[in-house]
Amino acid sequence: MKLILEVSGVRKTFGGVVANNDISLKVPEGKIIGLIGPNGSGKTTLFNSIVGYHPIDAGAIRFEGEEISKLRVPQIARRGMLRTFQQTRIYGKMTCVQNMLISVPQREEKWYSMFSRLDADDTEKAENLLEFVGLYSKRRLRAGDLSFGQQKLLEFAMALMTKPKMLLLDEPTAGINPTLINGLMNRLKRVNTEFGITLFVIEHNMRVIMNLAEYIYCLAHGELLAEGRPEQIQNDPRVIDAYLGAH
Amino acid sequence: MTATVKRLLLYTVIVAVALAAPSIAPDYRTQMAFLWVMIVFALTWDILGGQMGYNSFGNILFFGVGMYVCAVIQRDSSLGYYPALFLGMGAGALAAVIFAAIFGSGILGLRGHYFAICTLGLGIAAGEFASGWDYIGAGSGMVTPIFPGEPGGREKFFYYVMFALAIITFPVLRWLYSGRFGLALNAIRDDEDKAEAMGIHTTRYKTTAWCISAFFLGLTGAVVGNMIGFIDPRDVAFAGPTFGVWMVLMAILGGKGTLWGPVLGAVVFHITQEVFWTYLLGWQRVALGLLIVLIVVFFPLGILGWARERWPERFGHVVEEKLDARATE
Repeated sequence: MKLILEVSGVRKTFGGVVANNDISLKVPEGKIIGLIGPNGSGKTTLFNSIVGYHPIDAGAIRFEGEEISKLRVPQIARRGMLRTFQQTRIYGKMTCVQNMLISVPQREEKWYSMFSRLDADDTEKAENLLEFVGLYSKRRLRAGDLSFGQQKLLEFAMALMTKPKMLLLDEPTAGINPTLINGLMNRLKRVNTEFGITLFVIEHNMRVIMNLAEYIYCLAHGELLAEGRPEQIQNDPRVIDAYLGAH
Repeated sequence: MTATVKRLLLYTVIVAVALAAPSIAPDYRTQMAFLWVMIVFALTWDILGGQMGYNSFGNILFFGVGMYVCAVIQRDSSLGYYPALFLGMGAGALAAVIFAAIFGSGILGLRGHYFAICTLGLGIAAGEFASGWDYIGAGSGMVTPIFPGEPGGREKFFYYVMFALAIITFPVLRWLYSGRFGLALNAIRDDEDKAEAMGIHTTRYKTTAWCISAFFLGLTGAVVGNMIGFIDPRDVAFAGPTFGVWMVLMAILGGKGTLWGPVLGAVVFHITQEVFWTYLLGWQRVALGLLIVLIVVFFPLGILGWARERWPERFGHVVEEKLDARATE
């Protein structure tokens, strides 16, 4: 089994607060892996460390076998690993199609690519992906005028537009209408199977993550508490304690 | 009539009127030349200020650099008037671009207010520096060479040079905004962190944008120095409180972040200013200040920005309900 992402012994502190301590985990290529944990357990910090938002204090992060913990966010993104945000971030004053068109892959960019025209292939691809997430009819609206849930879907479509190898999704179903969650789950699975994109997902909705992920890591107080298959995690007394606050 | 035909017709009318203008109203040649200067000011300010969301108060630096470099070349090269002028314009533009590239790579890492304050300092420092440097005349300024043609020819010549410059700037920016470049600048404006997270080369785009702005401002500076005939370091070249502020105002008045907004803003502003100067002499600055307050209070988005909020569907922001069937499974 080929690993796409390997995190070993990562430690991150903010002043005296230890946000992540000695965290090691493995994400095999082509799988969906979950990351859960109570609020403030360090999940988003770990995501930030992986994609290069801040330097880590100790440990190593390897993406496709190469050390990336010294690289910055755009460099890591260009290698094909990006994240979506818990608080959705889209380009609010641009239309949905424009949001998509500027999300074309930046891997092969030369300096003169800055002046390239918007080609029909990209537009078609953008529209197909908007259709995939169910935003086709809204494609000429300004992204800032969409509802929160729709913005979340747009952000997901933008991430797909970059042809990533791996996506880190920070609570993809938070704020989405419960009736649409099943549809989103199906899409996430299709992205994984049809497009071959590895997913690493933070999620608070247990029903979603247990259905989606093949393997789950659980954080608590900045440390790795438990790991295992969904049914193992569900029955792990330490995980239940962490969520119900038995500490 | 298709949109393209309409647009070409509009351009033709504007160009025809502009070409005929100096002959129709010969007394207003200098004012009309300054109208084109104002349009270039607003357009180039809007590249960063409107499209990219970086409010620069230091663009006047590039204007002054272009002006001085051109004047020095005209003074020190032993070429004839026209070769020296055109060489000076090119060198001025180049120098401005170099300044933008150097300063840009340093201070474009700053965001929001910090960038604005830093650029403000840049403009002021340049003025102080120029007024203390003897090689360029220090505080007593520089005089550009005398125009060789017949009397009145100077105004006409520089009117057409400035017109050509403005008429080149506009389509270049239009072309830039309609491609990847424009989208990237807008993305940086809306959420720069997101743009970085998506792998966009943000620093490259930001620096290039400022260099493009500097290029046209450098050329404009070179021309304006010769149009006025006298270069004062603080009141003409690095004129932050006048030109430097006006370029911001005109872009905001017309609607920043739009292609036509800065043009419209420059026209309205320049005409209003000239009218105030003519009919409210002594009070023209007060009236101008009042106008600025009214603009900011009642049209914070500018004329075109206001129109876009009022009639979003005219600007293409529509829900295509007919296609909903295709969208949902």
